[in-house]
This record gives sequence, C-alpha cells and structure tokens, in this order.
Amino acid sequence: MENLNKKSFSLKTFFLQWEWLLVLLFILVNIINTSLSPYYLDFNSLRDATMTFLDKAFMVFPMVFIIILRDIDISVASIVALASVIMAHLYTLGVPMELAVVICLAVGAICGLINGLLIVKFKELSAVIVTLSTMIIYRGIAYIILEDQSAGSFPEWFGFLGWGYIFGIPFILIAFVVMAVIFGLLLHKTTFGRRVYAIGNNPTAARFSGVQVEKIKIIVFTLAGIMAAITALFLTSRMGSTRPNVATGYELDVIAMVVLGGISTAGGKGRMLGAIIAVFLIGFLRNGLGLINMPAQVLMIIIGLLLIFAVMVPNLKPKAKAKTKSAKTKSQQIAG
Amino acid sequence: MSEFVLELRGITKTFPGVKALDNVHFQLKPGEIHALMGENGAGKSTFIKVITGVHQPDEGEMYLNGQKVELRNPMEAKNMGIAAIYQHVTCFPDLNVTENIFMGHEKLQQGTRRILWKEMHTEANKLLKELGANFDAKAMMGTLSVAEQQIVEIAKALSTNAKIIIMDEPTAALTRNESEELYRITEKLRDSGTSVIFISHRFEDMYRLASKVTVFRDSQYIGSWGVHDISNEDLIVAMVGREIKQLFPKTEAVIGEEVLSVVNLGRTGFFAGVSFKLRKGEILGLTGLVGAGRSEVCQALFGIEPADKGKILIKGQETKITSPLQAMKQGIGYLPEDRQQQGLILSWGIDKNITLPSLDRLSSKGWLNKKKEEEIASSLSKKVSVKTPSIYNLVSSLSGGNQQKVAVAKLLTSDLDIIILDEPTKGVDVGAKSAIYEIISDLACQGYGVIMVSSEMPEVLSMSDRILVMREGRITAEIDGKLATQEAILEAAMNNKEINVIGESREAAGL
Amino acid sequence: MSEIATKKVSLSAGIARFREVGLLGFIILLSILVQLRNPSFLTFENLNDMITNTAILSILAIGMMLVIITGGIDLSIGATLALSGMIAALTVGAYPNLNPFLAILLGILVGIVSGGILGVIISKGGVLPIIATLGMMYIFRGLTFMVSGGKWVSAHQMPASFKGIATGSFLGINNLIFIAVITYLIFFYFINHTRTGRQIYAVGSNPDSAKISGINHDRIIWLVYTLMGGLSGLAGVLWVSKFASAQGDTASGYELTVIAACVLGGVNIAGGSGKISGLILGSILIGILNNALPLINVSPFWQMGIQGSIILIAVVLNALVKRGVDLNALMRRKI
Repeated sequence: MENLNKKSFSLKTFFLQWEWLLVLLFILVNIINTSLSPYYLDFNSLRDATMTFLDKAFMVFPMVFIIILRDIDISVASIVALASVIMAHLYTLGVPMELAVVICLAVGAICGLINGLLIVKFKELSAVIVTLSTMIIYRGIAYIILEDQSAGSFPEWFGFLGWGYIFGIPFILIAFVVMAVIFGLLLHKTTFGRRVYAIGNNPTAARFSGVQVEKIKIIVFTLAGIMAAITALFLTSRMGSTRPNVATGYELDVIAMVVLGGISTAGGKGRMLGAIIAVFLIGFLRNGLGLINMPAQVLMIIIGLLLIFAVMVPNLKPKAKAKTKSAKTKSQQIAG
Repeated sequence: MSEFVLELRGITKTFPGVKALDNVHFQLKPGEIHALMGENGAGKSTFIKVITGVHQPDEGEMYLNGQKVELRNPMEAKNMGIAAIYQHVTCFPDLNVTENIFMGHEKLQQGTRRILWKEMHTEANKLLKELGANFDAKAMMGTLSVAEQQIVEIAKALSTNAKIIIMDEPTAALTRNESEELYRITEKLRDSGTSVIFISHRFEDMYRLASKVTVFRDSQYIGSWGVHDISNEDLIVAMVGREIKQLFPKTEAVIGEEVLSVVNLGRTGFFAGVSFKLRKGEILGLTGLVGAGRSEVCQALFGIEPADKGKILIKGQETKITSPLQAMKQGIGYLPEDRQQQGLILSWGIDKNITLPSLDRLSSKGWLNKKKEEEIASSLSKKVSVKTPSIYNLVSSLSGGNQQKVAVAKLLTSDLDIIILDEPTKGVDVGAKSAIYEIISDLACQGYGVIMVSSEMPEVLSMSDRILVMREGRITAEIDGKLATQEAILEAAMNNKEINVIGESREAAGL
Repeated sequence: MSEIATKKVSLSAGIARFREVGLLGFIILLSILVQLRNPSFLTFENLNDMITNTAILSILAIGMMLVIITGGIDLSIGATLALSGMIAALTVGAYPNLNPFLAILLGILVGIVSGGILGVIISKGGVLPIIATLGMMYIFRGLTFMVSGGKWVSAHQMPASFKGIATGSFLGINNLIFIAVITYLIFFYFINHTRTGRQIYAVGSNPDSAKISGINHDRIIWLVYTLMGGLSGLAGVLWVSKFASAQGDTASGYELTVIAACVLGGVNIAGGSGKISGLILGSILIGILNNALPLINVSPFWQMGIQGSIILIAVVLNALVKRGVDLNALMRRKI
C-alpha cells in the first residue's frame, strides 16, 4: 500500500507491512525445503537455482504496473513464445544472431503495443478479453511459423545470456537486479509512477487532473511486451532451442508473483519490493520441490493455490472486501 | 387511528464524522403532496433513505398509519407500501420494461413458480397506459429516454401498491413538456389517495404541486408550512439560515481584457450554438436545470469530451482542445462537479492530491522532488485554509468543505488564466460555503476569468458579473449580474411565462 | 414510442436479427463452399462426427454464456471437463458393471463440486474471475494428473457400456445430440421462465440495482459458476466416452473455443445479454469451422490463430456496431 503519507514513524506499523510477512514466508519456504532435501541448502546450488526461475521474473516488473492500473495481461507467455520462435526461425534462415535478438525485442514491443492500442482505443473491451484473444493469436502465429518443430543451435555467445557468470554471479541475476532497480525507481520515484498509482486508484480523477491515461497504458503494455521478449532471450538461451509451446503457464507464475507481492487487483496499491521478494519466494519454492522430484503438474496446483490465497486473504478483511467489490463494478466503467 | 399516513419523530442519524440528521420530525397525510426543501447537504437524501429502509436511524421513531415500525432493509419498506424514485434511475437496461417493473415481485404460477409473462405484460401495459406512456411494455429499458424511464419507475411503484411515493428531484432531467406530464401523473396519484413526498430545488414544482412544505437545514428540522402560508423570502431564509447579504462576501474585481471566446460551440446530442465571451477578473455564472448541458460545455472546454463543432479562442488565438492536459497547457482549469469521483483521490494524502496536476513542474526531468512538493502543497493548502493538522492526512478524513478546498488548491498549482468551477458549493456546509465564495471572489480579483456553474439561485445571483442561462443544450439568455432576477433566470431556464409568483428582485430580497 | 426510442429499438433489433440471419446465411454458405472443395464434408460419417462435437461444445456454451452475462469469465472449464472425465473413466474402469447413467451423474457431481468451490472463491473471496479461473485451471489440471497417476485411460480399459454413451442412440437420435437437446430445453426454461434465471440477467445488467431489488448477488454469482461446473462435468463424461480416452491434457485450451462460440453467438462480452438461439448458431458455426478446416487442407497449426482472430474480430465488431447505434441515437436528439 502506498502508505507513509504520514511523516511520523511507528515501529508497529513498519513491521506490520506485507513485505515483512513475505520475508517470513520466504524463510519458512527455505526451512521446509531444507527439511525435504539435504541437498537444498548449498550456496552454489541455490545461486544456480536462480537461473532457472529468473527468466520469467523479468515480466513481473511491468505486470506490477499493469495490475496497479487495474488491468491484466494474460498474453505475456504467448509473446515470449512468438518472440522466441521468430528469433530462432530467422536465425535458421540465415539472419545474423545479433539482428535476430534485436528483432526478438522488436516483436515483443510490437505485440505489447498492439495490446495497449486495442485496450485504449476500444474502451468497451476489458483488458481480459483483449489479452485473452491476443494470447491465442500470438501463440497461434508461433504455431503457424514453426508448426510442431523446434528451432535452435544458436551461436555460443548466445548461451552466455542464460548460463554465463560475471565474477561468480550469474549474468541473469545481475540483469534482474539491474531491471529491478530501474523499474523500482520508475514506479516509486518518478512522475510516471505517481501517475500510474493515480490511474489505478481513480481513473476518472486522474483524467480530470490532466494525467494522460491512454498514453501511460500504451507505454505500460508495450513495456510488458518488451520484457516478455527479454524473457524469451533468457529462456531460449537456457534451453538452446525453442518450439511454439514454450513458456506455457508462465502467465500464472508471473501474476502469482505480482499478487503475492502485495499488489492488489483492486488497483492503486502495492510496492515493487513485495513483488521482488515474491519472485524469490516462488522461485525457491519451485526449486525446492523440484529437488524432491515433484511433477510439474502438481507444482502448478501449489502455484495456483498460492495465487488464489494471495488474493483472497487480504480480501477477507471486511473493509478491504467492500473496496474490491466496488472497484470491480467501477472497473466496468473504464474512464480512459 | 392517526390522521397521518407517515410520521417521524426525533430521528437522528450519525455517520462517522458527520451528523446527517439531528432530531428531525415529519408528518404526511394521506393524499397529500408534500415538498421537502433545503440546500444540498441539509439531510434530505439521508432522510429519504431512512424512510425507505436503506438506513436505520440511531434515535427516533417512525409510524405508518399510526403503527410504530422499524424498517431494517429496503424490501421491508417496499412491502409496507413505500416506494422511492431517484434522480439517477436505477434500472436494468438490458431487460424489458415489464421485467423492470416487476423485478423483485414477479407474478409466479402457483406450484411450478413459472413466470407468468402474459399476465405481467398485460398489467404492465395497463399501468403504462394509466400513466399516459406511449411505449410498449416489451420495449428494452435501455432504449427509453430518461423521462420514459422515470415513468417506468412510477409504474414500478404503483405495481407494489405503494401508498407513499417519494420523488427525488423528479423534474431535474426533464424538458418542459415532460415535466408537465409528471405533474399530471403526480396529481392523479394524489387524487387516488397516494401520498407523495418530493425533493426539489425548483420553487415552481413546489407551488404547482405541493400543499405543504418542510424545510431542513444543516441536518435539522426547521419547520413545516402550508405552501401558501409562507413567503418566498421567509422560505429562502429558512433554507439558508442567514440573511443572504452576509453569505456572499464579494469584492468587486477589476475586469480586464477578453481571455476566452467561444463561438457556436456544439457537441452532437448534448449542446449546440453556444457562444459567449469571458474577460479577466469576471465571474460568469452558468445556470440552468440539470441536463441543460452546462457541465457538457465545461467539459468540452476542458477537453474531457471535446466539442465537434464551433471554435474556441483563448486570448484571441483559435485552439483545439482535445484533452485535459492540453486545456491546462492553454490555461484552462476545471473543478469537477463530483469531487469524490472526479476531483480527488480519496485514499491519498492532501499533498499528493494537490500536486497531481502539475507534477511536471515540481519534478526535475521526471524525478519526484519531495521537498518541492511539500513546500507547494503546504503553501497552497494554507492559501485556501484547509483545516487539517497535517498535509499528509488522507483526503477521505476531511469534511466536504475541506475536501472542496483541496480540490480548488489543485487548480492553483498550474499557470491558468481561466478557471471553471462546476457546482463549487455542492454538498458543502454553510460555514465552509462562505469561505469558498471568498476564494472565488479572490480568484477573480487576481485576474482569473471564472466560469461558475451553479444550480443554486442565491449563489448565482450574488456572485456573478454576468449570467448565462442554458436550456436543453442551448443558451437562452445572457443577463447582467446587477439586473438579474430569479424570475428572469427561471423563465429562461424553463420558458414558462406564467412564472411571476416566484422570486423577488434582488433588492427586495435584501441584496 | 418516443422517436428516439423507436429508432434505437428498430436499429438494435435490426442488427440483432441481422446477426442471426447473417450467421445462418454464413453457415449455409460456408457449408456449400466446403462441400465444393471436399465432397466428403457432407457425408454421414463426417456430419455425425461434426454434430456430436458440436453437441458437446454447445452444452458448454450454455454455462459460459451464463458466466459471461454476469460479467465474468471461466478459463477453467477445459480442466474441469478433463477432471470429471478422468474420474468417470477411472471409476468405470474399476467397476465395469457400473450403470453408464451413474457414470454421467458422477461426472456432473465432480463438475458441480469444482464449480461450487470456484463460485465461493469468486463471490465470497472477492477474487476476480480471470484470476480465480486461471488459478483453478492449473489446479484442476494438476488434480487430473494426480488422480490418473500421470497415466492415460485408453479405450480398452473402458467397458463397452461406457463407450456406448457416445456411440449409442435413443429413439433413433444419437445420445449426445439427445442429451444436448434436453439440456437446452431445460436451460431455455430456466433462464426465460424462472425467477432465478431472470435474476442472472438482472445481476449482469446492473449489479447495483440488483442488490437494491433484494437479489442475493453473491448467491447468483456462485450459482452461475456451479452450473458451469456441472455442465463441464457432463461434457467431460461425454467427451471421454466419445473419444474413448481420458488424458491429463484432454480438452486443453477448449475454453477458448467455447468463448468463441459464445461471442459469435451474440453474447455481449461486457455482460447483461445473450440468447440461446445465438448460442446454437455460434456453436454450429465453430463446429463447422473446426471440422471443415482440415478437410480443405488448412493446416491444423492455423486453427489456434484463426480462433483467436475470430474472437477478437467479433468483439471489436460488436463494439463498433454499438458505437454506431449510440451515435445514431445522439444524432436524433433535437438539440
């Protein structure tokens, strides 16, 4: 919650914040994991574990903005697939890898831009139905291009993205931290971020205050597309190849990380720090359960439950529930 | 057996931070049309909600036909024969008229509980015919005009055999002819023994229909009189509380050159042919009935819903305004009508609300500057005298008047020449109103050109240098402030040349 | 009727009728074109296959329509379908003499429980439908996987009586079509002639008014998701019987096909309106498309893209048409 309106400071309120709860949960997860497997608590294996889940974490940053805005984007996983497939296919056709990477980013940006334009120009359509349709279309295009084949065998340097280290720290972790700082500053310290909170809180009042709601939404959705393309880069680099069905289920993880991070679906509230902690929470949870060979499908049950509980628990407080409900009916009057 | 069909004694209702009703009394006879009058925020709406079971009073009793009752929810009120028709028609646009009428009390077949459509349609058509409607019960609610929807609401009340019908600002959104229809229907209801309570700002409604009038002021019951037993002047004093003179501390401002010129402005379906000029230091009152198009004109000037015809000239330069940001860059500011939905972000602090429109000026290349924000927010907050211990307090904790002050402070952050105020004292208690009038007067003295949209006659008459009256999307009169009278304004707003009973000249009213 | 209302009504009604006639015309036209390209389209075998698929689709479409009318969406129906189908298949595998009717009932029960839980999460838990159903989709898929131990149930593990649900016929009509018709009749009555049915439309048209009118908003929301669940459960048993196999990824992505059928059938994605007649036409059209595309050599890999485009184009067109109607009404206001 964007609290700290008061300059006055109270230890009690400070520690009662959602992020501390997440830290506790994080510690709990690690305790559980350690008890499940003796191999868990090893620095190197934990460090390397981050490389397995941080690829999708890049999409968490713009998703935080989107959910604060009271929208949603379920097409992000499909954008990952499409960007990855186009990049790999072009490379197979002889395009230099460097150019293919740039095109991958461009594809992501274009897909995100299309989402943003549709949502903003057709206010009658909710973000749900727009991104639901584009989710199918984008992955559908990926299938048209590659059918059920895979494409891969990239140059060696490409593998550095997903597998390389700099001074012993995985490159992907460094990239994540850099992005976290950039997006965190963007959300909390810039006029852009302030306006995003305004729109999420009361789109009409924001509009009447001169906030360019349409422009901001288009930018945010385009950013989501670009970060999906970055996920595509890291994912493809780690897998060494790609097919149209990659990144299936990524949207669930990303939304779960955002919501668990304390960003309310009612809009206007939440902090980047929470989402970042949630990334590691869910990432390490997956890692730990993976070590005891829990099947992927069962893991999905756990993530699904986490997602639903993360939204429900704050809502069980009567005041919060009333706000969510009124926000829900109001969200049907999209003010632009 | 009581002579009253409805009686309330000693009703008190408190919400967190505000006493909405304070020891209020009311009596209604069968077959009586009773007007309930008072300024915005006087407690009328809350009172109606108590009668219809939406709110339960903290103290006091209610008697229906002499029997004490306690209504715990709207359904109980409905079952007791109390029905309300609100200003904002709450209906189901995707369902047909019959369903809207019978929602909640559909006719079901014994046993199978099947909906008896034929019977319902027949009855609905019968009700519609009685009310003089010329549309069929199978029509989709969303395709009807506001006046037609109101008729459906009345039919709905009748279908529940309501003996007490409450109308909240019923003629607010109606044309002259439609209002006449409504009067006819209301009189018919009275003749058949139904009692009607209506809230209206229009004295004409009151004189035309009511036999008794009750006045509320500042959540209190002031008195009840026969409509012809009290003079207009006394009625206004009862509603407003002080001599009108004291309320309007206006200092004359120096009027300078033209700052805004609007030529033949129009927006399809909302207003057309609007032309006027505004000069520096001038307060231009824009009045008319609800639905006349005043807010739409303002929102076109502010870029919320741009006009599609006509020209706007700012300081002689023609400009197109397509967004609020553009309007602000051109020097136009707007105080919205609904401060809670449109004007303020209630869960934010005062400081962040004030600085929202002008974040760019307070930041360096996009980075927020907390110190500069604090400075500006503090100084502006003091300037409009917001009563608060800290500028970091949430706006939701402020009273209506203070919230309005914050909304005004927002306007002062930008470089503006023209300020449009839409119902600036709506829902503001009398004490704060005075403060806001001072602020408005001050704005004019500082050289802003001010357009003030208002439905409150005393306000319009006292504050405006010139008055524009709108009706059904067009300007019907432009009157000099010093020469304006209530009759002249009402006539232009409603085009009823028979009104000479209403109002007195400003001199006679003590202005 | 007032002039504006008359014009608006006739324009809206005209468009609604145009849509239904248009859909019907399009169906006929499409069938002719496909037949010309590939004469095996209008063979008994193919038609039977197509109609039985459409039967299942149309059963699901009813439930989805009710959910969409209330302003929600349900992405979990494919998963619910798979779960109930799997449970039914496993049960008849273990008890081969079980009456097929009971298998169907079991499937419906599983669906109702699933939908009921989902309904509580959305109505009482305050979770947005998109998120709740997204989460549940993965939960149900996971459960399907767990229940089956990761294994498939194949044709030879199913008793003939179970497979006969889909292949058998009653009174000369294929069972699936029969069941679909019965389901339609029941729901037609429910939504048009019962109070609760009309309350669903009321809640979708104006939730605030509905509450004031004494309608139990939360209960209605819970109800539509439970009904959707029950129908998914029914569809699950029918599906698994027809294809004689139950897998973890049965009907994966099928929810999108169902949404496409609803949208094509004129259900307003913003809620409040939708007709049974439109659903039937929409389902038939999607059914034909899914069946015909392979026949005219359209690669199956194009199907996804085509389906998504259909949904997007349909909702955008709906929005544009509504804008036109509203603008028309505005222009007739004598200002």
